[in-house]
Amino acid sequence: MTSVALLHRITDYANRPDPYPLYAELRRTPVVRDESGPYLVSTYWEIKELLHDPRISSDLRNLTPEAARASGQEHDPNLPPAFIRLDPPEHDRLRRLSMRPFGPPHTPRRVFDMHGELEEIVSGLVDGLRGRDTIDLVDDFSYPFPVTVICRILGVPREDESHFHEWADTIAAGLDPVGTAEEREAQVQGVRRARGELAAYLAGLIEERRRSPRDDMLSAMATEHGPDGQMSPVEIITTAALLLIAGHETTVNLITNGMLTLLRNPDVLQRLRVEPGLAVPLVEELLRFEPPVQMLPQRTTLADIDIAGTIIPKGASLYLMVASGSRDPKRFADPDRFVPDRPDNQHLGFGHGLHNCFGAPLARLEAQLALTALVRRLDGPSLVEDPPPYRQNAVLRGPRHLPIAFSGIIG
Amino acid sequence: MSVDGYLETLRREGRIVVVGASLAGLRAAETLRAEGFAGTLTMVGDEPHEPYDRPPLSKQVLLGKVPADHTVLPRRRPVDAEWRLGAAATGLDLAAKQVRLADGDAIDYDRLLITTGVRARPWPRELEADLDGVCVLRTRDDAIRLHHRLKAGPRRVLVIGAGFTGSEIASACRERGLPVTVAERGPAPLVGALGGVVGEVAAELQRAHGVDLRCGVQVTGLEGDSAGRVRQAHFSDGTAVESDVVVVALGATRNTEWLADSGLGAGPRGIACDAGCRAFDVRGIVTDDVFVAGDVARSPHPLFGYQFLSLEHWGNAVSQAEVAAHNMISASADRRPHLWMPSFWSAQFGVNIKSVGVPPMADQIIVTQGSLAEQRFTAAYGYQGRVIAAVTFDQAKWLDFYERQIEQAAPFPPEFTTVDRRPEGLQPVPAGFPDPSLPSHGPTVTLSGHSPTDRRVSFTPRRA
Repeated sequence: MTSVALLHRITDYANRPDPYPLYAELRRTPVVRDESGPYLVSTYWEIKELLHDPRISSDLRNLTPEAARASGQEHDPNLPPAFIRLDPPEHDRLRRLSMRPFGPPHTPRRVFDMHGELEEIVSGLVDGLRGRDTIDLVDDFSYPFPVTVICRILGVPREDESHFHEWADTIAAGLDPVGTAEEREAQVQGVRRARGELAAYLAGLIEERRRSPRDDMLSAMATEHGPDGQMSPVEIITTAALLLIAGHETTVNLITNGMLTLLRNPDVLQRLRVEPGLAVPLVEELLRFEPPVQMLPQRTTLADIDIAGTIIPKGASLYLMVASGSRDPKRFADPDRFVPDRPDNQHLGFGHGLHNCFGAPLARLEAQLALTALVRRLDGPSLVEDPPPYRQNAVLRGPRHLPIAFSGIIG
Repeated sequence: MSVDGYLETLRREGRIVVVGASLAGLRAAETLRAEGFAGTLTMVGDEPHEPYDRPPLSKQVLLGKVPADHTVLPRRRPVDAEWRLGAAATGLDLAAKQVRLADGDAIDYDRLLITTGVRARPWPRELEADLDGVCVLRTRDDAIRLHHRLKAGPRRVLVIGAGFTGSEIASACRERGLPVTVAERGPAPLVGALGGVVGEVAAELQRAHGVDLRCGVQVTGLEGDSAGRVRQAHFSDGTAVESDVVVVALGATRNTEWLADSGLGAGPRGIACDAGCRAFDVRGIVTDDVFVAGDVARSPHPLFGYQFLSLEHWGNAVSQAEVAAHNMISASADRRPHLWMPSFWSAQFGVNIKSVGVPPMADQIIVTQGSLAEQRFTAAYGYQGRVIAAVTFDQAKWLDFYERQIEQAAPFPPEFTTVDRRPEGLQPVPAGFPDPSLPSHGPTVTLSGHSPTDRRVSFTPRRA
């Protein structure tokens, strides 16, 4: 097959509602070099192998200058990279420090203990839909829910949301490998501006928390000392920005893609209504079948790497097409079918290896609670429009709006 | 009757006996049923308990975080078997196809699977071993006893042997705030399994956590008081330590004595079998109807020079059991080899230790990522210019990559650049394994070219 402009076709908005046939085409050759420069890896075992390969770097400073220019992913000189864009040992240190107030081993029950609080937020949001017969699931539910949660966890005032919504959107859009050279330049400038403004906002907040700490992650990061020492102020800013944006831009799509998939599979929706335990494997299947993160476009090679018969040269830009890998028929039986209780579902929806999604436990719980509540309480829900209008973003893929009609709120 | 006809009858109404009702036995039984075996299944186990999980015994159970009776292995599916628990197998008649039990019963089989595993090697001097307070740790009952001892707040615990079990016990003692002395004949903890370079890191780890670690010494005697309680231990360097709990952690002995006169190729190093889990008889001929799996099996591995390896690894027990079960009810052309990658893990002193491959085979080691000084690293082991093992301390996420390197017989030392490569790791150094001709509490992996009928191998704990 020819690799000509495959990436261009994938990022083409016309293919957003259903990129999967393109991925199938891509998988015919596990590794292809796109005409624009990057190497695309699309098959399950190869992606998984590369995610555990210590010769793969997440630090864009290791790209060759040509690869960096071609991908438009240049390093922002104003702010140091967050841990998602660092390699060990720096990555490990920052991730450990951030994990201290969030998860095991130091805070193993944080997410688990939020169960009641999350349910309350969910029912509050659903209660607010009373008296309506159509909603936009994104604006009315999928977006406000995780945003409220991540704000509470970090300790960001919910009322400041309108500011950082725009910053987060701009920064997330910056992941998209789109457009002409001028468009890319404009995108890079926009992202820098948004990062700068978000950083300034967070700096003020962190200073406030340092003076009067509360029970939130920002306070913990600003005040706690551990065996790894403490994060510097600028490290707290980049980490907080990362968590805020990741908490914004992914779970929204997971919940929305989930509801869309359920409405397209009414038998499964009906099952989830009566079988709450189904939520756990169902969310895993969603992460395989309609994952919010479609590709990991930010990797590079520290050495020439021979994979599936192709040598990827040192310093090349590497795109790991995780959504394609999760539909690889060599790994998953009948991969294009949505099987809510699929056995042995080791999808790539949260990545793998040391950059494995930091917020995965929270995202899982949020999606499980959200979908269970929606199918139980929306009476007779149906899609108004299929496919719904999608967001521009091909990396963080999901509907921009999801209009749903229903006849009332139960309970 | 045609061979195919026999197989079909076997699958429909055959009699399969599994001797050994632990992890490997249970997983084999589940696989038999999953693959459509509809005949009679009998599970024989010498312990009265249904199959339980052992890794938590030296960790969560000793810490009191999990009660010992909460370690029952989860069932993957119903196995619909007759359970003969608390009934040890005492003999095997290959010609009559019969297993004899301690209660006098005999069970006929068409296919037999042996998964009798290993038991803790006891303190060799019986009078001293009988002292109150001298323990071993292998079974659930052992764990309950030791947990009670630790809960009672002994003044000091002595652990004899710093292999994985001994080190994990020492770690649990320190986490409980108990003073603990560890006596190790080798130059460092874990040295038999991981070599001297990594052993030094383990020694640092123990000392940093307040363990009174004594290497290069042997325990020459245990002394009791007039009531028969252990009181003191004497060391070969002339020193002594007061202790009211002594844990003997000198490795394990394979449960093969019951097969002594059976004609099966069974000995102290396990039961020899082919890569398809079929047991050898004493003449070196492979049997058709006797299969082995788990800790008690010794099978050749093509990746490691076809050496017969016996592994006390959790994952190996599971995968070998699955292969054995499949092969037991499959025609020879459909049988599968057990081509597992040796791997194991341990948790001690807050560190997650994982390994793939066969480290004790190595002559050299190189730190490929991280740093020994930070006790967070990945080390690759080399043998004659190829990578044959890797060990991680708190860096398990890289292990898949090194596993592939071993599978592909990648060159050693590795030539490529990696993330987290530090200057200290750039040169390979000798791996520092003890001379294999000297006895030791030992690697958990035994490499041997000895005949399976060789019964002259014996443990000599106090060799000078």
